[in-house]
Amino acid sequence: MRESKRICRLVALASSLIISSAAFAADITGAGATFPYPIYAKWADSYKTKTGNEVNYQSIGSGGGIKQIQNRTVDFGASDMPMKPEDLEKSGLMQFPTVIGGDVPVVNLKGLKPGEMRLTGPVLADIYLGKIKKWNDPAIAVLNKNLDLPDQDITVVHRSDGSGTTFIWVNYLSKVSPEWKEKVGEGTSVAWPTGVGGKGNEGVASYVQRINGSIGYVEYAYALQNKMSYALVQNRDGYFVPPNIESFKAAASGAQWDKAPGMYLILTDQAGKGSWPISGATFILVYKSQDKPDRVKQVLKFFDWAYAEGDKLATELDYVPLPDNVVALIQSSWKNQIKDATGKPVWP
Amino acid sequence: MTSAVTAIEGVKSPPTPKIISSTLTAARLGRQYFIDLVFLNTTRLFAFLVLALLVAILISLLIGSLPAMRAFGFGFLTSTAWDPVQEKFGALVPIFGTLITSFIALLIGIPVSFGIALFLTELSPTWLKRPIGIAIELLAGIPSIIYGMWGLFVFAPIFADHVQPWLIKYIGPLAIIGPLFSGTPQGIGMLTAGIILAIMVIPFIASVMRDVFELVPTLLKESAYGLGATTWEVVWHVVLPYTKVGVVGGILLGLGRALGETMAVTFVIGNAHQVYTSLFAPGNSIASALANEFTEAVGDLYTAALIELGLLLFLITVIVLALAKLLLLQLAKKEGAQT
Repeated sequence: MRESKRICRLVALASSLIISSAAFAADITGAGATFPYPIYAKWADSYKTKTGNEVNYQSIGSGGGIKQIQNRTVDFGASDMPMKPEDLEKSGLMQFPTVIGGDVPVVNLKGLKPGEMRLTGPVLADIYLGKIKKWNDPAIAVLNKNLDLPDQDITVVHRSDGSGTTFIWVNYLSKVSPEWKEKVGEGTSVAWPTGVGGKGNEGVASYVQRINGSIGYVEYAYALQNKMSYALVQNRDGYFVPPNIESFKAAASGAQWDKAPGMYLILTDQAGKGSWPISGATFILVYKSQDKPDRVKQVLKFFDWAYAEGDKLATELDYVPLPDNVVALIQSSWKNQIKDATGKPVWP
Repeated sequence: MTSAVTAIEGVKSPPTPKIISSTLTAARLGRQYFIDLVFLNTTRLFAFLVLALLVAILISLLIGSLPAMRAFGFGFLTSTAWDPVQEKFGALVPIFGTLITSFIALLIGIPVSFGIALFLTELSPTWLKRPIGIAIELLAGIPSIIYGMWGLFVFAPIFADHVQPWLIKYIGPLAIIGPLFSGTPQGIGMLTAGIILAIMVIPFIASVMRDVFELVPTLLKESAYGLGATTWEVVWHVVLPYTKVGVVGGILLGLGRALGETMAVTFVIGNAHQVYTSLFAPGNSIASALANEFTEAVGDLYTAALIELGLLLFLITVIVLALAKLLLLQLAKKEGAQT
């Protein structure tokens, strides 16, 4: 145990050497989730032209981001899976969401157009459990009376690498299917009962596009940009909604962030007529007590700017900005939780 | 080259040999000796560095995998579980996938490579030897990710639409091998991974085979032809016995590449931790499991299990190499008994 930690530390040291050599050019550094990388990069670029301050973000994956911030080799970590309140407490970290996205089920069936197929959470869970094996299964047929479903095997496509996208997906399946929760559970990677694995959103997307009769899940932006034929999913209130900015926003606005300790909130299966059931936010991790308050202040300044000015850029890249009331809540938590060595708040 | 060397010597060496011997003083000899010593030790250091590196890798893999070894013991080798949520890990699926895909690669790769080498050394017209030889060397130089992308984007759809349905229809119902060729035509899976690997190892095996076949003395071959042997008989009874060490070496080189190949396999194997009887079904190999999961492995046990997979790949490679050496020794012994 101790030896493996030592190895981890060595690896972290090596990577910190690499990062710190890059830090000469960049003012603050962050590492983690790949899903928000495009928007963080865009924000950083635009922030630099406005203020002259550089933000260097490395998309090494959520797990890597958590490891890096715990080793204090970066100024902020980023993760698609929020850390549990007790884990945050243990490592002295705090987290806050930045943008909202979600997973979209995509289907490859001959002649099927985007938004034509209707699915429910339990049906998705049964497909991913391997219990529903054919596209003309009565459980799917009863939801899609207007479609002529073929007698064809379903090929399930999932992620082969650990991912926040997977976390949102299996978290939703766990919420809607007791059997899934018991047999598989949730995490950034799980023991898939069936199917093939693709590496990254692009891996899943290319498998789904190439295997006839397949179903997979990808980030909303990926589905949109690749014009994949997504399915409608029934939300908690019983409505079949399409995935779009409005339905993600609806999922986020109904959520009660103020009642979630450590902002540990996963936006799956939220109430609301128009809310997309498989939504999620992506999070930033920083240390609560700071021996280098100037650096964390730079981080907070960057995200403060992003909340204020970055909405348009986010929307352009098909991310959903946070509602204003959530931003106000985040800023008050910065003020309350992040302290310098003397115990004074770092923000504002 | 030789003319240049003699020219330089001509300039440097004094006109009469007598003066050379008188200039070889004890001091100069001592310096020469010192330089030789430095040279010897430097090269020895380089050689030992390789050995030290090998041992260091082995030790760090062992240390890294300790938590998994403690938690799972030898059960790690026989378990098919791979559940990051429950933190239960077993290596059977990736080991199985690695061995099966490499076996398929060699099953296809060896005969094809043999054919290529045979054609190039014995049958090809001279003007064709160079272009084909260069093409093979170019194939060996293509990065593996290109093979992976080609496999996924070009080969897999064609395989799924045209080859797999045919195999399922005509070979699927057969008694013993049938179950190997059944299931859904997905284009990706163990068989596809094996075929892509075969394409990747063919240049290696073929170029080594060609090089060693060319070393066979013409006298031996001509003698056999003179006795009325056919091309096949010459190859089987003269060329192969003469070059078997080299041929086995080439096959091992290919096998080494197949066992450790990562990116190309990741693209087409399907990355599923399950054991299916069908070769059309997805599987996983050790290298591609590592490539997929290492960055996002959360928790000590998960990381340790992945490092132990790496250790197993290391051991499999060593065992395969050792077995091959043993085979060669056995062959050499037999030869001694015959003559």
